[in-house]
Amino acid sequence: MATIHVDGKQYEVDGGDNLLHACLSLGLDVPYFCWHPELGSVGACRQCAVKQYKDANDTQGRLVMSCMTPSADGTFISIADAEAKEFRASVVEWLMVNHPHDCPVCEEGGHCHLQDMTVMTGHASRRYRFTKRTHKNQELGPFIAHEMNRCISCYRCVRYYKDYAGGPDLGVFGAHDNVYFGRAEDGVLESEFSGNLVEVCPTGVFTDKTHGERYNRKWDMQFAPSICQNCAVGCNTSPGERYGELRRIENRYNGSVNHYFLCDRGRFGYGFVNAKDRPRRPWALRDGKAITVEIGEALAQAANLIKAAERNGKKVVGIGSPRASLEANFALRALVGAENFYDGHSSAERALVARSLQILRDGPVSSATLRGIESADAAFVLGEDVTNTAPRVALALRQVARGKAVALAAQKHIAEWQAAAVADIGQHDKHPVFIAAVDVTRIDDIAAATYRNAPENLARLGFAVAHEIDANSATVDGLDKATTALAKTIAAALLAADKPLIVSGTGAGLESILSAAANIAWALHAKGKKVEIVLAVPEANSLGMAMLQGGDIGRALDQLAQGSAEIAIVLENDLYRRADATSVDAALKTAKLVVIDHQDQPTAAKAAVGFSAATFAEGDGTMVNFEGRAQRYFQVYDPAYYDAGSGVREAWLWLSDLRAQARSSEIDWHHFDDVTAAIEQAFPALTGVVAAAPGAKFRMKGLKVAREPHRYSGRTAMRANISVHEPRASQDADTALSFSMEGHNGIQAGERPASLVPFAWAPGWNSPQSWNKFQDEVGGHNSGGDAGVRLLDPAANTAPATYFSPAPKAFAAQSGLWRVVAMNHIFGSEELSARAKPIIERAPIAYAALNPADAAALGIHEGGHIEVTLGGVKARLPLQYRAELAAGTVGLPIGLAGLPFAVAGASIALAKAPTA
Amino acid sequence: MSAAPSRARLSGDTHPLTYRIQPDLQPLDIKAYEAQDGYAALKKAIKQLQPGDVTKLVKDANLRGRGGAGFPAGVKWSLVPMGADAPKNKYLVCNADEMEPGTFKDRLLMESVPHQLIEAMIVAAYAIQARRGYIFLRGEYIVAAKNLNRAIDQAKAAGYLGEKVCGGDWGFELFVHTGAGRYICGEETALITSLEGKRANPRAKPPFPQIAGLWGKPTVVNNVETLSNVPHIVLRGAAWFQGLSQGKSKDAGTKIYGVSGRVKTPGCWELPMGTSAREILEVHGGGMQDGLQLKCWLPGGASTDFLMPEHLDLAMDFDTIAKARSRMGTGLLTVVDHKQNIVSVVRNLEDFFARESCGWCTPCRDGLPWTHKLLQALERGQGQNGDLEALEQMTRFLGPGKTFCAHAPGAMEPLQSALKFFRGEFEAGIVKPATQVAA
Repeated sequence: MATIHVDGKQYEVDGGDNLLHACLSLGLDVPYFCWHPELGSVGACRQCAVKQYKDANDTQGRLVMSCMTPSADGTFISIADAEAKEFRASVVEWLMVNHPHDCPVCEEGGHCHLQDMTVMTGHASRRYRFTKRTHKNQELGPFIAHEMNRCISCYRCVRYYKDYAGGPDLGVFGAHDNVYFGRAEDGVLESEFSGNLVEVCPTGVFTDKTHGERYNRKWDMQFAPSICQNCAVGCNTSPGERYGELRRIENRYNGSVNHYFLCDRGRFGYGFVNAKDRPRRPWALRDGKAITVEIGEALAQAANLIKAAERNGKKVVGIGSPRASLEANFALRALVGAENFYDGHSSAERALVARSLQILRDGPVSSATLRGIESADAAFVLGEDVTNTAPRVALALRQVARGKAVALAAQKHIAEWQAAAVADIGQHDKHPVFIAAVDVTRIDDIAAATYRNAPENLARLGFAVAHEIDANSATVDGLDKATTALAKTIAAALLAADKPLIVSGTGAGLESILSAAANIAWALHAKGKKVEIVLAVPEANSLGMAMLQGGDIGRALDQLAQGSAEIAIVLENDLYRRADATSVDAALKTAKLVVIDHQDQPTAAKAAVGFSAATFAEGDGTMVNFEGRAQRYFQVYDPAYYDAGSGVREAWLWLSDLRAQARSSEIDWHHFDDVTAAIEQAFPALTGVVAAAPGAKFRMKGLKVAREPHRYSGRTAMRANISVHEPRASQDADTALSFSMEGHNGIQAGERPASLVPFAWAPGWNSPQSWNKFQDEVGGHNSGGDAGVRLLDPAANTAPATYFSPAPKAFAAQSGLWRVVAMNHIFGSEELSARAKPIIERAPIAYAALNPADAAALGIHEGGHIEVTLGGVKARLPLQYRAELAAGTVGLPIGLAGLPFAVAGASIALAKAPTA
Repeated sequence: MSAAPSRARLSGDTHPLTYRIQPDLQPLDIKAYEAQDGYAALKKAIKQLQPGDVTKLVKDANLRGRGGAGFPAGVKWSLVPMGADAPKNKYLVCNADEMEPGTFKDRLLMESVPHQLIEAMIVAAYAIQARRGYIFLRGEYIVAAKNLNRAIDQAKAAGYLGEKVCGGDWGFELFVHTGAGRYICGEETALITSLEGKRANPRAKPPFPQIAGLWGKPTVVNNVETLSNVPHIVLRGAAWFQGLSQGKSKDAGTKIYGVSGRVKTPGCWELPMGTSAREILEVHGGGMQDGLQLKCWLPGGASTDFLMPEHLDLAMDFDTIAKARSRMGTGLLTVVDHKQNIVSVVRNLEDFFARESCGWCTPCRDGLPWTHKLLQALERGQGQNGDLEALEQMTRFLGPGKTFCAHAPGAMEPLQSALKFFRGEFEAGIVKPATQVAA
């Protein structure tokens, strides 16, 4: 701790920070541009100048950059000093020399850090009368628009993109007042985290292209605290809506999870919410054709189907979904009964997720938070291509490698915030990250060593590493010398670390990889290491799905095919992604199908009765992320406000109504909070779901929390095309949020729970930088605690973990058969985001990947086509060479459009496809 | 450029840096250099002195940096971590990126006595126990590059460079790195960053290069002329070096002074430290060309404040010139004659500085081009009321401590002094209202 004196007042601060960080954490406003809590200080923009005095008696003082000055004990500074103020106004004046006067047509306007800082410094009139320099803009792909004339050369974009995110293709060109930030030539930005540029950039150089296409000012959008639906990491997001459409997704700060950054799938993959072909009314099959029906009629039809089946002594099975909320899944379970409730994963994935849950719940090692990953000083990534399965983890892993520079700098008494000095001292030194995967990965550039092999052999390496660490863990027989040596190297590096991290997941499709990862983590734990583990699971609520203990989908399909079950109620799920088409067709041949979903998908197309479900934008829900954190997302907007006939309702509501009708009982769940309470009652392990966010009765100073900024405009007119009478604002009985600009929108520290902050705004701070006002200290935890409740507590496990054994046998290529290995894709593999236009543009077309030797043996060359038969469905796929794939394995992009259902680990025949 | 006309008479005792230079300025090869005590200092250092002894000698000699800042070289060296716990890799870098307008002293030394710099670097590297050295050479110095590289090859063949310098157990390699033409590379931290293959942006201090410099390792950066003094100090001793300035200055040694501009015999000469500007201009430079009067002068490069004719009798040393509110800088005078408009002179300088800004910090990147455009307007008689105030604000806010490095403060030095001494010439550039509206 240190005492600093600011404008005559005394403050206690953490002396390890710089003065800018300290002042902002105290709530004092000091303008800045080049500094960012995650990027540290470089002293480039000179905006944060303050007057520093030698001591209490010094009246002269000198200007210093607060970002480059330690907040040492006994520091005397003035923010209000006249010269400091004049200098800060000058800095904005210089920045404005070349900045265009295009605020009215600039997409950044209204949440622009440059605007905020200009107002803060008081620079109001222009003296510069000469020409401005201009630049050419670049076409950077479907996500990001580029307008270089607005650039103020703060260097944040390259410091984020290159230094923080490891992107190779954004650079600084030119010199003096002609500095250019862009690619060497036009082209798609390669980093999977390029979208953060739109928030990192303090002005409108990099903007969200998807937003630009359907643009609204920030103050004119309605927001809700939300959770990304596109993988299991559970990044916190702030989706903005206007006229019943999502307009953009921005990052929402969570100090334990995503803090300032999202991945591009999460940011740009929301198009499925706005899809024109989305079912927005319930529907029913009439003479083989789907027609829309009234809500009551749909409910009655479905209830009758259920009643009839039960009268006949036939079962009604419910198939849940890992992309649906806990509440929706639980409501389905309540309708069909625990014994008829089935897990929505494929059989294979269900087993993998169950194993993951078992490791996290019953083992002695905690799952790492996303933020926790970054503080590890060694990592072993076993079998998981995290960039493509849990993308934000890859960005966190880059920070593990970068941590070495911080450690080296600390030896020279250089603080972490001295970003340039830290990088200069660290140079190319990295903390060790080992990556074992079936193919190259996008973070191999940070790897101390990489290892490629078939999944079984990756698992064997993992078992060997665990055995090197603790001889009590399972042995591996017949490992070759090189792999044994690598295992020893990895084990030694993990043991040498203070905080080793093990990263694995379900992506490779092999349980023994998860077991191996657990063995390593538990072995390190047994050696007294502060080890943490990360297991990437397939979907946003995979872990929540597993905690509801549904049965294997295969059994549900069998019962439907055999006729012991007559009705299948499928919740937010496309069965053709969960089982092979033959089995699904067999199951649906005679059975009656009821579907609740928000997307027009192959299973929904076969429903006898369908219910139009809410997406995350139209409903509330809780999901359990990969670390076991229950997180609440809130309805962003009320579709009925724009369309009185809207049939979009939350799935739990449909299922609750259906249960009441089918059982001829009273409705027992009136509000969302009733469902969460029922979940905790039925599943003690899910205790924490209620507390994941405050309930509907929560008020702040007697007010609900406003979803809309207080400047929200046009409400009286926005429905004028429908009716000139403005209806009452939609009411939200389920949550503590209001569909209005009326309500609490203050930022008083600790007052507003983090889970109830819909968007970033604070007086004078309209840009995403205003998140710094919602934290206990800048860049730290959210005031009042980070959102979400961790449901798993391994510290409570006192019994020593029993190691998994035995290690799998080595993979051996079989003549004429190829082992399927999963190729995951950040853009395209995930069902919902794959429906968004910009994601489709970035997604590869379905292919089959072989190493060139295997391809040659089949007589196929790159550019040629392979014929595969998957679950009885033939597909003709272009061949891609992947030099690193093990002989005897074929890489298939599971989940990608155009590829029939496939299971990693299956053995399939391949043939050269006849020419088309 | 003219070297001293009667170089043959020079002695190593009084003109250590230049006495070996041949009348035709052709470089001495290793044989000729060795014949004139060449590499004797190196042999003495390796065989008779500990590394710390060399540093102490240089400290005792009060050798101040000849690049312009005047920081004592021995003090700089003594900040380098030494001993068993010190990092294994340390670097010595010679700043030979001589791009200061009006400065051409290092060129003479490198082109004509390349072995002197090489010997100096080996001795200096021995003092800080560096294992590798770089000469960061201005890209346009093609002759110097050729001569240095040939000399390095000769030194290697003679066993002065390599794994076992002079057969001892300490090794040193030396490389010439030619710059790509950025003035900012003369700033030592930008030079280091450029040497690493990155954009030539300066670095914040601390950490100082002696702790974390090239590749994050301890590094000393010294100017060509500074280093070139080192063998002579080792050979002849600190007291001898102190005496070289002949009581003209409390600073030690000789200094290569020079003059450019419309004088009769522009050039550079090795003279005792503290020689008066008048002697440099009038005796060695031959005085102003006929018909021209001295209007003002820059003591040592474009980034120093103008001084006036009445300042000519000042001793050219670091402290005396600083007291007159300028800086000695590189010690090579640039003279302005009475026919030159000061606004044009300063506009020309600011054009250079604006172009050479690396673009890292705001005041320099955006303030210098604005400064240049204001001067251009004044030069063309298109100035407006408030322009001088804007320029004055610039001189304050592009000053020391406000910008990231010394580039913009250097650029402000001629401007602020020109505004002080010749305000009328600036005011003359302001457009007078065509008609006065009657009150």
